[in-house]
Amino acid sequence: MTGRSLARTRVRAAWTFLAPTLIVLAAVAGWPLLRTVWFGFTDADLSDISRYRFIGLANYLEFDNGEWYGVLADAQWWGAVWRTLWFALVSVSLETVLGMVVALALNVRFPLRGVLRAAILIPWAIPTVVSAKMWGWMLNDQFGVINHLLMSLHLIAQPVAWTASPDLAMWAVIVVDVWKATPFMALLILAALQMLPADCYEAGRVDGIHPVRMFFQVTLPLIRPALVVAVIFRALDALRVFDLIYVLTSNSNSTMSMSVYARQQLVDFQEVGYGSAASTLLFLVIVMLTMSALVLTRFRVDGESRT
Amino acid sequence: MTPIKLLGRIGFALLMLAIIAFAVFPFYYAVVSSFRSGSELFQPALWPDHLDLRNYVQIFTQQAFGRNILNSLAVAAAVVAASLVLGVGAAYALGRVRFRGRGALLLTVLGVSMFPQVAVLSGLFELIRALGLYDTLPGLMLANMVLTLPFTVWVLTTFMRELPKELEEAAFVDGASPLKLIWRVFLPLLWPAMVPTGLLAFIVAWNEFLFAFTFALSADARTVPVAIALLSGGSSQELPWGPIMAASVVVTLPVIALVLVFQRKIVAGLLAGAVKG
Repeated sequence: MTGRSLARTRVRAAWTFLAPTLIVLAAVAGWPLLRTVWFGFTDADLSDISRYRFIGLANYLEFDNGEWYGVLADAQWWGAVWRTLWFALVSVSLETVLGMVVALALNVRFPLRGVLRAAILIPWAIPTVVSAKMWGWMLNDQFGVINHLLMSLHLIAQPVAWTASPDLAMWAVIVVDVWKATPFMALLILAALQMLPADCYEAGRVDGIHPVRMFFQVTLPLIRPALVVAVIFRALDALRVFDLIYVLTSNSNSTMSMSVYARQQLVDFQEVGYGSAASTLLFLVIVMLTMSALVLTRFRVDGESRT
Repeated sequence: MTPIKLLGRIGFALLMLAIIAFAVFPFYYAVVSSFRSGSELFQPALWPDHLDLRNYVQIFTQQAFGRNILNSLAVAAAVVAASLVLGVGAAYALGRVRFRGRGALLLTVLGVSMFPQVAVLSGLFELIRALGLYDTLPGLMLANMVLTLPFTVWVLTTFMRELPKELEEAAFVDGASPLKLIWRVFLPLLWPAMVPTGLLAFIVAWNEFLFAFTFALSADARTVPVAIALLSGGSSQELPWGPIMAASVVVTLPVIALVLVFQRKIVAGLLAGAVKG
């Protein structure tokens, strides 16, 4: 066999092995996404999804009888958008800082290191629905252990309705999200730390540079690419948050995220058209934020070399 | 040791203990609560004073929790198997063969793994309805592929690419077909990557809630997360916290055990998928 025909055989084989994956991905991701976008322009209904009319942009925005209708005119939708963005910003920031602390700790030898690594894997392994229920029980206003502890320490005089009060519920969601996602962040940062060259630290120590300065001037710039990846991954997760909010705060309006809003329209109200419009907007928001993050950090994703 | 250094050490140790406690306490408290029932449950206790197994008995006798577990196991096992089989083939193509459009394909795969689930919900609903799979386990398996397949392909591709180049050249000269090559040469080398990837896919499918909550709601097809979310007692006033905690412990213990046993491999797998990617 000549080199050229060998290469051709290999390329043909490559496509044969790729085909099943591409077909499955097209069926469960590509096609459904296109259908969702299409449904967003129709008045489809969940009870009979095969009968619908094309109604243009009416699900997004429509002026009728002196009033604006559609997702873009719905104050609840915009509330969900800002709430989700705020949630993603706060929880990912907290997770990055905490994850950095845990990663730096795991990167040095100390007696509790093995215990710490095993311990932080536990929140990550617990199903989101289960963690929401566990925290829901701990934060229970009447019988929860957190109110019990805070009251016996006289930090609060009365039981607090953590998950039901509109001001606090979002913070409860953030605490649980930080608890659950920090391990992921810590592990990614740890991997980056372990790939750092040891010799520049040696040089720094000989020159007597303070460890804190070392961290900001050497460590942080070196692990920045990995940190960017980790933050983007987590932010994407946070922007589509659903399970945690839905189970912990039981579908309340004061904690509604974009995903919760879209699902409520789609499933609870059976409005496939309107819900699909909201889903499409959610998708666009996420795509735009990802793109701008990639551009802003000048991050290269080319599948070959890594920044 | 100077006093300042000593103080620093103590502060560090306290911080680590606080982090460990924060990580472990919620699950510990769920275990403690699951052994208490009736009015006992409403007096918070930090230690299990006795083992009352009534909650555990209740979820298996009064609820179809055994059935839910079998459903979840079936879905997760099928999804893991399908993702690995498809993923190995795709990873061979994307990791070992140079062809035009490879970078774009990898980016597409990565892009799919970032899809918000809600964005495909109505399209998937229509597809699953059309295939006659609504409210069945196969429908749920199909839906879960969108969550597990992209990262399986991604992690295995990264791993494949690192393997030495001479591997397939020798085999090709011998005239081995690509299928034989994957089976004989790559598969034995891929195990270290397939174990953590399969485990991660298993956890994703085992934990999945939104699809299961939309496509398989009936008692027969319900998976564990949906069953726990919908668990309610005789009275509508207060949730049955005892059984909920017992169910939570039952579904979480095997996952925690797996994760702790395989912790080094999982950490390595996560890193291959994310940092190098």
